[in-house]
Amino acid sequence: MRSLEELERIRKRAQEAMKVREGEQPVKVVVAMGTCGIAAGAREVMTAILEELAGRSLTGVTVTQTGCIGLCEQEPMLTVEKPGRPAVTYGQITGERARRIIAQHVVNDVVVGEWVVSTRR
Amino acid sequence: MHLYRAHVLVCAGTNCSLKGHRAVRDALTREIVGRGLGDEIKVVETGCFGLCEQGPTIVVYPEGVLYCRVKAEDVPDLVGIHLLKGRRVDRLMYREPTRPVAVQTVPELDYFRKQVRVVLDNCGVIDPDSLEEYIGHGGYTALARALEDGPARVLAEVKASGLRGRGGAGFPAGLKWEFGAKAPGPIKYVVCNADEGEPGTFKDRLILEGDPHRILEGMAICGFATGARQGYVYIRGEYGLSISRLEHSIRNARELGLLGENIFNSGFSFDVEVRFGAGAYVCGEETALFESLEGKRGEPRIKPPYPTEVGLFGRPTVINNVETLANIPAIVNRGAAWYRSIGTDTCPGTKVFTLTGDIVNEGLIEVPMGMTLREVIYDIGGGIPGGRRFKMAQTGGTSGGCLPESLLDVPMDYDKLAAAGSALGSGALLVMDDTHCIVDVARVFARFFLHESCGQCAPCREGTLQLHHILDRFTAGRGSREDLALLGRLAKTMAGASLCPLGQSVPLSIMTTLKHFEPEYLAHIDDRACPAGTCRPPAGGMKPAAAGNGRRGY
Repeated sequence: MRSLEELERIRKRAQEAMKVREGEQPVKVVVAMGTCGIAAGAREVMTAILEELAGRSLTGVTVTQTGCIGLCEQEPMLTVEKPGRPAVTYGQITGERARRIIAQHVVNDVVVGEWVVSTRR
Repeated sequence: MHLYRAHVLVCAGTNCSLKGHRAVRDALTREIVGRGLGDEIKVVETGCFGLCEQGPTIVVYPEGVLYCRVKAEDVPDLVGIHLLKGRRVDRLMYREPTRPVAVQTVPELDYFRKQVRVVLDNCGVIDPDSLEEYIGHGGYTALARALEDGPARVLAEVKASGLRGRGGAGFPAGLKWEFGAKAPGPIKYVVCNADEGEPGTFKDRLILEGDPHRILEGMAICGFATGARQGYVYIRGEYGLSISRLEHSIRNARELGLLGENIFNSGFSFDVEVRFGAGAYVCGEETALFESLEGKRGEPRIKPPYPTEVGLFGRPTVINNVETLANIPAIVNRGAAWYRSIGTDTCPGTKVFTLTGDIVNEGLIEVPMGMTLREVIYDIGGGIPGGRRFKMAQTGGTSGGCLPESLLDVPMDYDKLAAAGSALGSGALLVMDDTHCIVDVARVFARFFLHESCGQCAPCREGTLQLHHILDRFTAGRGSREDLALLGRLAKTMAGASLCPLGQSVPLSIMTTLKHFEPEYLAHIDDRACPAGTCRPPAGGMKPAAAGNGRRGY
């Protein structure tokens, strides 16, 4: 270790990787991981979300999962919850679409209208 | 960087390993990989979480849900229900004795709410084998800051913090460092005393297992402030896990240049080596420890000269306990004023306690100095199990004093406990309910000291033997009032004439049992009866107890 900057770099990287242990963050992305969801490709969606968040160093987002919500037809589904905003559920999501939702909705706060299944206050 | 959506923290402290954490960890990894979740969920082994009684414990983040007494058979449910479907596994969640509902997450626990974690900040939170995780939690920033500030400022800050030695004696750490810094000579040493021999104390072991880099950082800062380039950790040979984690951490720190030559390009060099003790209680005494470190028989030296003048290998040496050193990075980072805002005026900061005996939540806790014994035992410890009655608490390990119910409201710091006739000592807290016979307990103390006396000085060597004889006579129903008087005289002589704290502190534990429970002694002597019903000597001695409680003597 030769400098404080070097230590600081390691610290920032490790801190981001451990952010999950600070508890749930205000912004949540919930992926439906019931049998139907997984069969329709929820696993691929989950991987895409985690990669997209890592690529953007977005650590203030909790990614979590839920079971089947009864709309198997629309799987894979995901819901974006932001404080003070309606929760938006998207249907028929692919990995690529999930990446766009992260960029557009999670980062830039613009709901991606074309895939919305429901919004709930 | 790879992000995981969930981290599963598995306690890998000694207590949880004894309860089978490895089988749980392996089952978890198998199940997670088997279900194709390996890229989404990370399994992390951490140090002790504190709730040893409930082990093996697991915490699942981001929710922070605590699962207790987890077995390998529970793992398919944990993964299938919690990690896959996002529902909690109710049957494995912790239930606090005071509340009927399952407690959901870590911050909701009474057990943690009353604690203040400075020393244990990382324990159960980071992977102790990962230097990156330690750095991610602010590790080694204190060392970097110290190197920028210069030795004088570091010394002043530690002095101003009022930190007192956590090994038991409570000597001001800053003052000790100052003596070390002022001592002349080109070679000086820093020694970390990890020879934690006090029965019932396991805090140093769990600190070293859970956060080894904190100790290394504390030692390096001490070396910088006092002018030492070499540090030694003298650790109990039985502490296998602490030793392997410490050695692993030293290697990692050297690789990254946080130990070794020219740290942070400052010109300061410091390295640490680990040395093992061979199981002698007396080697926790600092000068006996030096003798042992030098390869000689572990017998205490006569003081003065003190270690800061003539210590290890005849050189000026600053020797600190594990917990003392673990406080240093926080003090350097956050300042003396912050440190003084915790605890009491004469004893700032926190204290780590190990709770053992007849207490619901056996385990490891950290609370501000000055919390009362009652709060520790009932609010955090969860009280006495089985609805039985509190009888006494021994603070400070076997060399500490025994306190009865009437002293439950004494604040726990060095001075207040000393005033109450006990000692804070190493932070062991042994709780006993009313099924124990106090005379028998005192006899066990005496047997321990008899076994551990190094034999160098007569008052301790002979005194411990005679003390044991007398107490043995009491529990066998053969004691007399003369014995009782002799016990008092013997204790007084040992306290005054023994060479080191081993012999000097023997009377404290035994005489406090006599002071607070004299009627129980007199019942053994005058009536040949044991009120607790545990002393069952050969025929002709003790009368059978009127109502035995089923507990056997020791």
